[in-house]
Amino acid sequence: MDIYLPIANMSVNALVVILLGGGVGILSGMFGVGGGFLTTPLLILYGIPPTVAAASATTQVTGASVSGVLAHWQRDGVDVRMGILLVIGGMFGSLAGAGVFALLESAGQMDTVIAIMYVALLGSVGGLMARDAWAAISAKKSGQALFARKRRHHPLVANLPMRWRFYASGLYISPLAPLALGFFVGVLTVLLGVGGGFILVPAMIYGLGMATRVVVGTSLFQILFVTAITTMVHALTTQAVDIVLAALLLVGSVVGAQLGTRLAARLPADWLRLGLAGIILGLSLWLALGLGWRPSEIYTVQAL
Amino acid sequence: MRWLRALLLLPILSLSLGAANPVLVPDVSQRKIDIVYSFTGAELLMFGAILYPGGRIPTEKADIVVVLRGPSQPLIVREKQKLGGLIWVNAESARFLSAPGYYAIASSRPLEQLVDERTAAIYELGVKNLQLSPASNEQPETRRRFEDGLIGLFSKANLYVEQPGSIEITNGVLYRARLPIPARVPVGTYVTETFLVKDGRIIAVASKEVQIDKSGFERFVAESARHYPLTYGIVAVLLSLLLGWGAAMAFRRI
Repeated sequence: MDIYLPIANMSVNALVVILLGGGVGILSGMFGVGGGFLTTPLLILYGIPPTVAAASATTQVTGASVSGVLAHWQRDGVDVRMGILLVIGGMFGSLAGAGVFALLESAGQMDTVIAIMYVALLGSVGGLMARDAWAAISAKKSGQALFARKRRHHPLVANLPMRWRFYASGLYISPLAPLALGFFVGVLTVLLGVGGGFILVPAMIYGLGMATRVVVGTSLFQILFVTAITTMVHALTTQAVDIVLAALLLVGSVVGAQLGTRLAARLPADWLRLGLAGIILGLSLWLALGLGWRPSEIYTVQAL
Repeated sequence: MRWLRALLLLPILSLSLGAANPVLVPDVSQRKIDIVYSFTGAELLMFGAILYPGGRIPTEKADIVVVLRGPSQPLIVREKQKLGGLIWVNAESARFLSAPGYYAIASSRPLEQLVDERTAAIYELGVKNLQLSPASNEQPETRRRFEDGLIGLFSKANLYVEQPGSIEITNGVLYRARLPIPARVPVGTYVTETFLVKDGRIIAVASKEVQIDKSGFERFVAESARHYPLTYGIVAVLLSLLLGWGAAMAFRRI
């Protein structure tokens, strides 16, 4: 079933896009990440122009995170104060990101920079996750308890001035830390079409040292608002949000996410984490190889 | 460019009046092609008749060349090079001021058998003869390289099409050509030009316009995105919120 995408100016197989959304949705439901980091590269691989892919994936992530935010909100799993700071940082980040986007686009280095950022981010996050998950699994096997981590938060965070209390997170840190984190993730949201959950969650746990109870809820809270803002930024600047593409992706991913959540309840958490780490590392390796191989097209054309 | 060609055609027209040359009566299967949600490309049939003076068909038959050309646009072509022996990066680039977004040519015999290079260049017959108006002043060979890159890319996407020998001429009078239009074509006003060629000379020309435009919902979406970006963005966000929330509600019941 072919469908014409009015903004991407091409026709795609609707079923393929829905299944793609569904597959990403299952993963996102299982692992609690938005899945934008998978959607964007897969869409580009399918032939969607990179800008449209990134912009529409952002819109899809908004929808994919709604139900998560609601669920966490109901069981008090959102640190609103922290979340609002992250969103404010993210708002400025997405505006700055739009500037960087325009700059890269005119210099023609968009695709290379996106690929390099993906490789670096996915590689390091995947590596961290794999190490942790493996440590947890082998600790369980040998029956030895894991060593408690020596410090709560990163020394860089601890040294920032002007401390606030974040009761829900159990923290007494400077608001500058979440602002900066939000800003960084906001930039990535615009450039890569990711919600940033796969960066936010580790950064909240290892960087800020937040109570794990509120980590996922607060991260989803930030993702929901920042992707919504980013969709607006894209609509106003690049005009690359394809509403038909986003709707197709959403139909697949919201259903997939529900299935994924159910699946996750039946599988051991540590192995799940190891699995996600594997997927992330594989993707990053594949993108890294793609940078080095001779591309099938040496020339690219961009309308002025 | 178009003015220049019109000027070039003037002597031919006056000549045709004087020597009673044949006249072309062209038409197309569709004056307007609508891009709707199910659009996966189209085929345009271009047909017509050669009217010889007095209805006498000469023994030595003439040939037909048909060109369909989409709106031109300025664009930039980038070339990837291997950087430091490690990764492929866009390095050099060239600008072209008027590359047609679509160009198709069909003829009753291979072009090189019909006209010489100079005539082909004047009338822009064949993708190699497209006037792309390079904006940057590189070496001719560099420019040629980028032009070839551009043409190769567009040819692969079926946006530049050459179909030599595909036109049938029935009884030396009726001709028809089918040209494929891929789903990725740019929208706008397309011009078809039909050339009657004899002894390496173009003895008659006729042209017609074809509109290719998004229509219905696709048009509405594309127009809204361009003219009301704020509303469009808000609708996109609301749609995704609604779909996400709706699915959560639906699954809670199950």
